[in-house]
Amino acid sequence: MAASNPGMDEDVFAQFLDQLDRYVRERLLPAEPDVIANDKVPDDILEEMKEMGLFGLTVPEEHGGAGLNTSQYAQVVYTMAYAAPAFRSIFSINVGMFNSALKNGGTPEQQAEWWPRIAGGEIACFGLTEPGSGSDSAAMQTTAKPDPDGNGWTLNGTKRYITNAPHADVALIMARTEKEALPKNAHVSAFLVPMDTPGVSTGSPDKKMGQAGAHIADVMLDDVHVPGDALLGGETGKGFRFAMMSLDNGRISVGAASAGYARRALDSALKYATERKAFGEPIANFQLIQQMLAESETEIYAAECMMRDVTARVDRGENTIRQAAAFKVFASEMCGRVMDRVVQIYGGAGYLAEYDAERFFRDARIYRIYEGTTQILQLQIAKHMLRDFQANV
Amino acid sequence: MKILVPVKRVIDYNVKPRVKADGSGVDLANVKMSMNPFDEIAVEEAIRIKEAGKAEEVIAVSIGPAKAQETLRTALAMGADRAILVETDDEVEPLGVAKILKAIAEEEEPGLVILGKQAIDDDSNQTGQMLAALMNRPQGTFANTVEIEGDSVTVKREIDGGLETVKLTMPAIVTTDLRLNEPRYASLPNIMKAKKKPLDTKNPADFGVDIAPRLKTTNVSEPPVRQAGEKVEDVDALVAKLKALGVA
Ligand SMILES: Cc1cc2nc3c(=O)[nH]c(=O)nc-3n(C[C@H](O)[C@H](O)[C@H](O)COP(=O)(O)OP(=O)(O)OC[C@H]3O[C@@H](n4cnc5c(N)ncnc54)[C@H](O)[C@@H]3O)c2cc1C
Repeated sequence: MAASNPGMDEDVFAQFLDQLDRYVRERLLPAEPDVIANDKVPDDILEEMKEMGLFGLTVPEEHGGAGLNTSQYAQVVYTMAYAAPAFRSIFSINVGMFNSALKNGGTPEQQAEWWPRIAGGEIACFGLTEPGSGSDSAAMQTTAKPDPDGNGWTLNGTKRYITNAPHADVALIMARTEKEALPKNAHVSAFLVPMDTPGVSTGSPDKKMGQAGAHIADVMLDDVHVPGDALLGGETGKGFRFAMMSLDNGRISVGAASAGYARRALDSALKYATERKAFGEPIANFQLIQQMLAESETEIYAAECMMRDVTARVDRGENTIRQAAAFKVFASEMCGRVMDRVVQIYGGAGYLAEYDAERFFRDARIYRIYEGTTQILQLQIAKHMLRDFQANV
Repeated sequence: MKILVPVKRVIDYNVKPRVKADGSGVDLANVKMSMNPFDEIAVEEAIRIKEAGKAEEVIAVSIGPAKAQETLRTALAMGADRAILVETDDEVEPLGVAKILKAIAEEEEPGLVILGKQAIDDDSNQTGQMLAALMNRPQGTFANTVEIEGDSVTVKREIDGGLETVKLTMPAIVTTDLRLNEPRYASLPNIMKAKKKPLDTKNPADFGVDIAPRLKTTNVSEPPVRQAGEKVEDVDALVAKLKALGVA
């Protein structure tokens, strides 16, 4: 069991969250049309977000970050998720998977090198998925071969759908250090690879269904040579474990983003329902509309409660594999249902790009897929249930 | 040079205020409170002057309840150097505030006092002017731009007809209008640093001034609800309507 994490002082955090909420409503929401039209987070906003300290939220204070614990981090994600997802996406890998892999697996030297850099605004990406392996990520084909003379590695392979790859300064790359699969996926190791290392290139950003302004691309590794100290933790065979520990954190982040964005959409539907008239009165007066509002409210509330519970458990040092997966599954599926109802409440307008409901619907779809699809997480939850049951009979 | 910036804790500008059932005032129970927006502009301006190397220290001061500490912490997080809370749960009218500010200004001797032109709760628009009068110092109210040169400050003022430029010899009093600047959002690193900045707490009694209210609120009521408009077919119908209403 890990030690408990009190995080940042509560009053300081409350003040920050208040500022952030204002920033989201006064600055980010008005910038959404710009993000969508140009498929890009505006440069001045990116700079502001770096200055505000968003890129180092979870990095320990002594390494230039804010030292948030998981429940604080989730609240920040939830607050940010009220705005278009691209704003959160650009720093999500820094404060999420990259940071937690560094925390769980990095040597003190690696932490001292990379924490201040990512807290200062260098952008990180996380390379696990490949053209031939997604859910079955341990089947990856990217290889890392040790130098014959001992102290270094050569990486070859392709990573697919890598968030922020076009903007990244550094990638955490999972690669095979053994030809054959080993128990506990000990054939996989993790490497810290600066994106300007010779042999690293990125494909053009993929066209996606939603989340305009957030970008993914392939990362190609062609005889990429990295020094020995690029190996995360200084040991082979631990990469997959680090990756999975990071995914736990990533799942909480996606759950929080789902809940926050569902809240945004429901607020928008509530407003629309009171303004739009049919049969001479606001559609909010009709009980079937009210049912959709009430169901959405209930489900969002449930996800918010799950978020508080699972994050408090993480901060107490409990093992939360099952709860983090359950939260992500529920919140992302719930978000999909809410977005669907929101489109319905908007009626024909819900189908038009001119209104927000249409993009809410598209943007939210990915939450059920990345950081473990709903099916993969259900399998994991059931596996743990059955294992615990068997252990107790 | 020091700059003194008074900041007031007021009902958040996004909150729709509700009048208490007994008409004795606005219901503030469980209502979100924030720094008066015009004061945020004042803090921002003071910090910019300091960042431009034209001031050494920015002191934020608030007169109000213990909770006004939060407002001062926000000013510190934005970049003020230290803060003074004059703690009181009583309502202090603009004249009382001006008297306390005068006492603080005499102690601190700031080159500039920058205040919001008004607070969005009572919209008095008096404190800056009263302070200038009590201290017998020049004032530049409704500032649109503030330019410091040597020992004088040039203020472009927003007036009904446009902009008026005044040049004041410092020490001087400036009050901010909406377009002076866009206040920054406090960054997380700065919020963390602000916690370690000094915040002094005082009482009105420390200043030996009479802040007893001069005014009595007899009743507070909601503004009348605006009646829905009516659509007319054409100009003739419009004219007929206006005539019927007796306005044309
Ligand atoms: C916008 C976006 C951003 C992404 N960012 C990153 C990133 O930064 N880094 C990264 O490494 N990856 C990233 N990914 C990849 C993402 O994590 C994978 O797409 C995801 O894990 C699913 O893998 P897959 O696409 O290969 O689907 P597949 O594994 O091919 O799955 C296809 C379908 O089969 C189902 N399925 C698979 N196995 C089983 C099973 N055993 N039982 C039941 N059903 C099963 C799945 O649930 C799914 O419905 C991103 C993807 C997208 C679209």
